[in-house]
Amino acid sequence: MKPALSVILLTTLIGAGQGLFLAYYSAEWFVMLSILARAQTDYSGFAAGLSFLLLAAGLLASFFHLGHPERAWRAAAMWRSSWLSREVITLPLTMLLMLGYALLKLGSYDPLVFVLGESIPIAASTLVGFCAVLALCALYVCTAMIYACLKFLRQWHSPLTVLNFILMGGASGFTLATALSAYTRDGRFAYFVGMAIFLTLAALISRFASLLRNRKLRSPSSLQSAIGVHHPTIRQLAQGAMGGSFNTRAFIHGYGASVVRLARRSFLLLAFIAPVALLQAGSETSAFLCVSAFVLQYLGLLVERWYFFIEAEHPQNIYYQMIS
Amino acid sequence: MTQLALVIDLNTCVGCHACVTSCKEWNTSGEAGPMVDRNPYAAEPTGTFFNRVQSFEVGNFPHTQTVHFPKSCLHCEDPPCVPVCPTGASYKRPEDGIVLVDYDKCIGCEYCSWACPYGAREIDEQQKVMKKCTLCVDRLYDQSLPEQERKPVCVLSCPTSARIYGDIHDPESEASKAINDAGGYQLMPEWGTEPANHYLPRRKVDIAIHEEDLQRVDNPLRKEDRGPRAPTTRTTLDDSTSW
Repeated sequence: MKPALSVILLTTLIGAGQGLFLAYYSAEWFVMLSILARAQTDYSGFAAGLSFLLLAAGLLASFFHLGHPERAWRAAAMWRSSWLSREVITLPLTMLLMLGYALLKLGSYDPLVFVLGESIPIAASTLVGFCAVLALCALYVCTAMIYACLKFLRQWHSPLTVLNFILMGGASGFTLATALSAYTRDGRFAYFVGMAIFLTLAALISRFASLLRNRKLRSPSSLQSAIGVHHPTIRQLAQGAMGGSFNTRAFIHGYGASVVRLARRSFLLLAFIAPVALLQAGSETSAFLCVSAFVLQYLGLLVERWYFFIEAEHPQNIYYQMIS
Repeated sequence: MTQLALVIDLNTCVGCHACVTSCKEWNTSGEAGPMVDRNPYAAEPTGTFFNRVQSFEVGNFPHTQTVHFPKSCLHCEDPPCVPVCPTGASYKRPEDGIVLVDYDKCIGCEYCSWACPYGAREIDEQQKVMKKCTLCVDRLYDQSLPEQERKPVCVLSCPTSARIYGDIHDPESEASKAINDAGGYQLMPEWGTEPANHYLPRRKVDIAIHEEDLQRVDNPLRKEDRGPRAPTTRTTLDDSTSW
């Protein structure tokens, strides 16, 4: 498959935004359960606002993928069968809930709704945040299933795709939260950095597993089954178009093996190994290291998503082996 | 239930591209608006086509055959492109099984083209919507056309009659009979898409003709050669009469 820049931006930006929200919202619960100390200044409203902006940027990028962005509202119609349609519904819903959470947190009005058990007060923002977490989890699954549900693209058609999207999005979100925490010194650094390192390593293992899986994949299709001629030697003479076609432009990436290998090595280094090393070296007082960990990880994830497209071999390419 | 489809005889197709050009001509002049046609007379011509003919060389030289392979939407019975469409622009008509795109609903997200293993769908780079073979749905039911012309234009234009059109769910149709009699097959059956269009395989068409096939040894007519004949020395009517 040919990488689509707008889709690369969409999936990486919203993945990080969802992870960031998850980081700050989970920290809030740990504070309520008295596992984490209460921060002097609570930045969770600000973090939720930043998550909202990341998702909004992703949504904006996705519009550039459409031929008719003005008709995008129609895409909510087929939620019963299409994962893309489900994403189109869950993405704005998640954004709305994140925005609601951010406004409740940043504003002065955040009423107490009920008291959980004996001592845990549940405010309106906590309830809205909980709904936002449910929505963002659904969004992770919807985004990944857009790719994982296509059974002809065997490199994508695996539960590992879903796991990768969740772990990589979560890792980049927690790394961003670490950077934010180091910058604001809100006392949640230890929790964020531990989770960021854990999620990044988990994502590395899961992504490596899918790389290994994809290396062994063999297509059940061949030129023989594609045209129904059983002779072992078939050579294409003409593909029916001299100046290429949508089929050659959209599905054949045309990058050499060395470029692909370089991309694989650089995303393994940038998205996983370098951030872990920087986060490990960083501390609450070294915001620069943590910010650069996030920047490197995000760049690495861009390359990873690019490689994700390159990796997928579309069976239609069998019909386009030679241009003439 | 009806499933309209094409049956394409690879044994008969000579790769003349008449189906390609007539398809483009009919569909670019239709209500849906023109199909992209860039550099048509220059180097690197490109554009949107619903139907293309590819050519393959099968075998090792000098024992090779050229197979011309017309390729268009196969109107799958279980089309993977339809459920993925987020807007419902892609749909399969229940009444005749034709897979169509509603160009007014399509947002041009290209997701359906990812889901089609055959690469049968092409984005129209001017209209920015996904296009594909409609099986000339705008001819099939057009009462203003003579009945014998209510067929896909590729079928009508094929000079070798390599394209058969019909309902493959009706065992009495010409298409079903061709599939059953000549070993019609589906493309990439391993994906379970159940393409409605079928292809007829290459077959041996040369037969050995022996002398006795042309003139039977026991031809009963030859017995008459041995029957009584008038002597050749006697004058005949021709000799004695002047006309």
